[in-house]
Amino acid sequence: MDADITKAEDHPVQSIDTHTDTRDYLAHSRRDAERKGYVDWLIVDVDAHHVESVSWAEVTEYIEDPVVRHQATMYQKERVGAPPYGLNGDLGLRYQDVGGRIPHQSSQREKVEETDVHRDVVLTRRAMHGLAVNYMVLFPTPMLFLGMHPQTEMEVFLCQAYNRWLTERILPGEPGIVTLVVLPFNTPDEALKMVEQHADNPNVIGFCVTSTRYKPVHANEYMKLYRAIEESGKPIAFHAGYHWQDPSLATCNTFLGMHSLGFTWCNIVHMTNWILNGIPERFPKLKTLWVESGLAWVPFLMQRLDDQYLMRQSEAPLLKKMPSDYMRENCWYTCQPMEKSNMRALECTFEMINAESQLLYSSDWPHFDFDTPSVIHDLPFLNEQSKRNILGLNAAKIFGLNPKGPKAG
Amino acid sequence: MQMIRVGAVEEFEDRSKRVVTVGNAEIGVFRLGDDFHAWRNVCPHQGGPVCQGRLYPLVRENLDDQMKSHGRLYDEDKLNIVCPWHGLEFDIRTGKHPGTSELALDPVTVQVEAGDIYVLL
Ligand code: FES
Repeated sequence: MDADITKAEDHPVQSIDTHTDTRDYLAHSRRDAERKGYVDWLIVDVDAHHVESVSWAEVTEYIEDPVVRHQATMYQKERVGAPPYGLNGDLGLRYQDVGGRIPHQSSQREKVEETDVHRDVVLTRRAMHGLAVNYMVLFPTPMLFLGMHPQTEMEVFLCQAYNRWLTERILPGEPGIVTLVVLPFNTPDEALKMVEQHADNPNVIGFCVTSTRYKPVHANEYMKLYRAIEESGKPIAFHAGYHWQDPSLATCNTFLGMHSLGFTWCNIVHMTNWILNGIPERFPKLKTLWVESGLAWVPFLMQRLDDQYLMRQSEAPLLKKMPSDYMRENCWYTCQPMEKSNMRALECTFEMINAESQLLYSSDWPHFDFDTPSVIHDLPFLNEQSKRNILGLNAAKIFGLNPKGPKAG
Repeated sequence: MQMIRVGAVEEFEDRSKRVVTVGNAEIGVFRLGDDFHAWRNVCPHQGGPVCQGRLYPLVRENLDDQMKSHGRLYDEDKLNIVCPWHGLEFDIRTGKHPGTSELALDPVTVQVEAGDIYVLL
């Protein structure tokens, strides 16, 4: 028997935990990209995250208001047992890691020895390698709650500080890392200033509204903002989020239920108001991107709005076509988390949104429901050109990115 | 078929695992009581490194005879390997996901001979 026996080697990473290097964590994703051949394709990840609160002492140094900046500095230095200065949100209700089952969602405590760039650049580069992406659009994490902040001015202070820190300290470290500047949307004049301030930065490829908020997107005070964004030629994105204090989710007792609904509900409401108030007719060149709500909500809303619109057209007189036409022609979508338990429903969704031109890949790394590019690559009903469009070329087109990648001439 | 030695029985504590490589193949070997089970380290969900995840007992709802819920309990007789990418759980004895028959781990044959563990590929 001995002659035929081989000895197995121990895998160098026996257990993945919060200390595991991102490249080891994502080794299977990298291997898939190499084996399946899409490692050489242009891949743009339109939604990935870093945890900006880890660097909060640095971020708060960029707060413009001197008194608030001083308060923040003292708080960060001396306050114990409290979340980072000024951030609202859900304190200890962050159950995304399912009780330790998904360690990368909890923390990335891996070793970083590089000192030439910020730690977040190193971690992002590692994720880009693992997911085989050429461009990664970086979003914050706890700041996604800022739309619900009781002090509207704090949203302004913190967005200003974060955007300056990000564009000055992080983005210059790696040409493939880009961002959509987060707008203090509850204060439209300040949001407008932020657009003007960042519109010419090539690393800022668009503007982002965090969707958990109760301000109606059709309010007249936003029209100047939409005009400015339209003129910049860059898209506006609505990045979904959840908020357990939302009264409509008050009966949900599981994170599973609350998160499933919350991440779609905010964008369902904003999309409804956006379309029925004719914003696409008022700003026909303004491109909107709907981020991190998955895709299953889109066919539902298309059918629902079309059905009701035909009976009540007089309530939406700006519309020249069906709501679903605007949702297909004027809106773009990111795929994650792509619901795929019913492949026929997914295929129908792709047809309904004209995915070949309107759909963009996003990973949402390092969050618990992240998608690797294989979710698009492996779809049985897409041809290669559609896969290439969704994984990168559609994003290159709407964001004006180099289709040969950030390092190509 | 190739016979690959993974290690000696006594190297495995009860309810423990070891992930090994054989060429390009990655395999997780699990001990539960006196039984050994082996599965490919490729998750049926998105291809993640399932066997490199953590082990958790199965969770059950604690219902009384009137169907009222009193929270949840661990069932220590059932042990799941949890894929670290998105948290899908699979019974280490059967390889099945507790919530659907659509998803299961890819099995590898294990043999115990003269105190040593082998996998057959
Ligand atoms: S790949 Fe294993 S849980 Fe998703």
